Amino acid sequence: MSFASFLNSTRLGSARRDNAGGAATALRFTLLMAGLLGLLYPLVVVGLGQLAFPHQANGSLLSDREGRVVGSALIGQRFTGDRYFQGRPSAVDYAADAVAGSNLAPSNPALRQRAEADARRITARDGVPPGRIPADLLTASGSGVDPHISPEAAAIQVARIARVRGLAPSAVTALVERYSDRGDLGEPRVNVLALNLALDGRE
Amino acid sequence: MNAMMLCYALLIGLALPLGLYMGRALDTDRPSVMDRLFGPVESVLMRLAGVDRRASMSWSAYLLAVLKLHLLLVALAWLVFMGQGFLPLNPDGIPGMNWDTALHTAVSFATNTNQQHYSGQAQLSYLSQTLAIVTLQFLTPATGLAVLLAITRTLLRRPAATDAGGGVGNYYVDLTRIVMRVLLPLSLVVALILVWQGVPATYQGAERVMMLDGGATQVIPRGPVAPMVAIKQLGTNGGGWYGPNSTVPLENPTGLSNLIETIALMLIPVASLIAVGVISGRRRLMMGIGAVMIAFSLITTSLIVVSERLPNAALAGLVVADSPNLEGKELRFGSDLSALWGSWTTQTSNGSVNAMHDSFNPLGGLGLLMDMFVNVTFGGIGVGLIGYLLYLMLAAFIGSLMIGRAPELFGKPLETREMRWISLAILAQPLIILGLSAITVTFPGLTGNSNPGFHGLSQVLYEFTSAFANNGSGFEGLGDATPWWNLTCVVALAVGRFLPMLVPLAVAGWLAGKRTAPQGRGSLVMESGAFVGLSAGVIVIVNLLGFLPALVLGPIAEQLVLAP
Repeated sequence: MSFASFLNSTRLGSARRDNAGGAATALRFTLLMAGLLGLLYPLVVVGLGQLAFPHQANGSLLSDREGRVVGSALIGQRFTGDRYFQGRPSAVDYAADAVAGSNLAPSNPALRQRAEADARRITARDGVPPGRIPADLLTASGSGVDPHISPEAAAIQVARIARVRGLAPSAVTALVERYSDRGDLGEPRVNVLALNLALDGRE
Repeated sequence: MNAMMLCYALLIGLALPLGLYMGRALDTDRPSVMDRLFGPVESVLMRLAGVDRRASMSWSAYLLAVLKLHLLLVALAWLVFMGQGFLPLNPDGIPGMNWDTALHTAVSFATNTNQQHYSGQAQLSYLSQTLAIVTLQFLTPATGLAVLLAITRTLLRRPAATDAGGGVGNYYVDLTRIVMRVLLPLSLVVALILVWQGVPATYQGAERVMMLDGGATQVIPRGPVAPMVAIKQLGTNGGGWYGPNSTVPLENPTGLSNLIETIALMLIPVASLIAVGVISGRRRLMMGIGAVMIAFSLITTSLIVVSERLPNAALAGLVVADSPNLEGKELRFGSDLSALWGSWTTQTSNGSVNAMHDSFNPLGGLGLLMDMFVNVTFGGIGVGLIGYLLYLMLAAFIGSLMIGRAPELFGKPLETREMRWISLAILAQPLIILGLSAITVTFPGLTGNSNPGFHGLSQVLYEFTSAFANNGSGFEGLGDATPWWNLTCVVALAVGRFLPMLVPLAVAGWLAGKRTAPQGRGSLVMESGAFVGLSAGVIVIVNLLGFLPALVLGPIAEQLVLAP
């Protein structure tokens, strides 16, 4: 069947008689709904959210004792110094305004190369041999700002932190335990920024 | 598996009452108590828009009204994206989008796809994210459900509707009811829970902080994120505030937020099936279809969950043996909750993600692609069941011939005109996806691949499949912000949205004008288990015939290469 005969068969001419409303109705409806759903609805949620949960609504920002904003409890930061617990590899170096994953496929040789380089660094720093490294320390997260590591990934860093900072390993382990989350619906995890702030006595 | 089964149980437990509610609240032919609650506001809205609420449209007028409104929605979004640099609500000073990415984005959101060739937190102002995107995220799922309601009244209702004028309903009345009675109240509740869990809700611009180790600056983008994320999940939309979607902790902070967002993406597609059962009176048929959908869902979800529990081959010998594949996944969700989300989001044409699909193991990627080819495992809101009806029409044609009857559907004769359009709507999918993929890989300069080898083909295949399925997720390593990708995807988006949605409406309209044949002992029984089984078989066979060769060249070949 040709397109023309399809159009005929659909009785396009009857649209007006059906009172379907013309272009003017469609335009008025669009503008009305854009105002209601695109402007008013977000405004209502922001208003109620700011009233009920101002801390979360503004990005869960963390301040130190002097009141300076030091980060967001939900956004990981880049840690490279031996004095700090280190987070997961990040495809964007923890740039929160450029969030992204690596998007490397398991078959991509670049993924193997990156993981080998990271594994060498971890072996040199914490003395954990290849084959014993927790998977989260060799995999980039989807967001590139994952704030967490696994309790196992924290455990292999305890000895180094204790040595560099001159603390008892048991004290560091206790701190890790305090910043671990196991009761939630997600996987067991430790918030790296909160833990490091606590180490610095700035939480 | 426990988390997976908990989510399925919770889903059914919540979809059942919601579906029963929707079946009453959205039925324009039966007054209900909800009319007294919502009626006054709705009639004010209808008067402001100049809609005559009692006027019922013919099926062709309904179809034209859908197309007309969507042209306006595309125009609105396109103008806002291009002009956002001069418009208000832009605290981070983001410039206007270029014309081709803006066009792709407008069509992508107007087709309920939400495929994104940009990164939201860096390239869209707050006005674009709300006025353009949130508006479309409400009206496009509502349109899918509205067309389903029109088809239900015309084709499925038992006894047949008695509307003497041959009307199928009023598009604007349907849209308004769906928005006011279902989408808006649910979104408000979900949005506020998400704020409680840590999703931002502010008009302030980004926050700059000094990082603890080294003192470099970190810019933390914010905005009215929570209201958008709520309807993104509930409306089978999927387009997130931040580039990597619900992997980002500000879009999905906790285990609880993840559970709510996961259930939300599947909730209304399941409830719609129940609502249609209530409105049409065809409970047995809808239960049969629901059983097929659940079976499809469990099969691919299990495949993906098992696949992501397997180690990532690239890390062999480096990480603790038998670790799950965590590349591209957030630690707070781990592999199971990421795989479950990936499976549901591709089944429902939602397309939001809480893990990067490009880094899934090859068999996981295979499951995601299969979900999007089938695209009727509950599917997008409204359009999932409409897509199933399309297959059901084909099955009725085949089934009638198998038992030696003239082809018929619910007692109405299926003739040449209907079958031509049904076949075209079904065949358009492999033609467009495979055709555009073939052209793209013929010119390697066009592909924008970030991964080599077989996975490179999977990236191209995934992009067009996602566009046609109106899904919106991607193998996101693909460099897709080019005129080639933007314009070819616009074709796939538009055809994939409107052809499979509107052909069944036309068929329903044509059949309504035909005389009903008396049902005898030899007639095709649509409610029977055998027929529902046949419809499932038609879906499997059509998709295997269309896509098995492409799957062998993509994810299956990649898996064979990686196998130890």
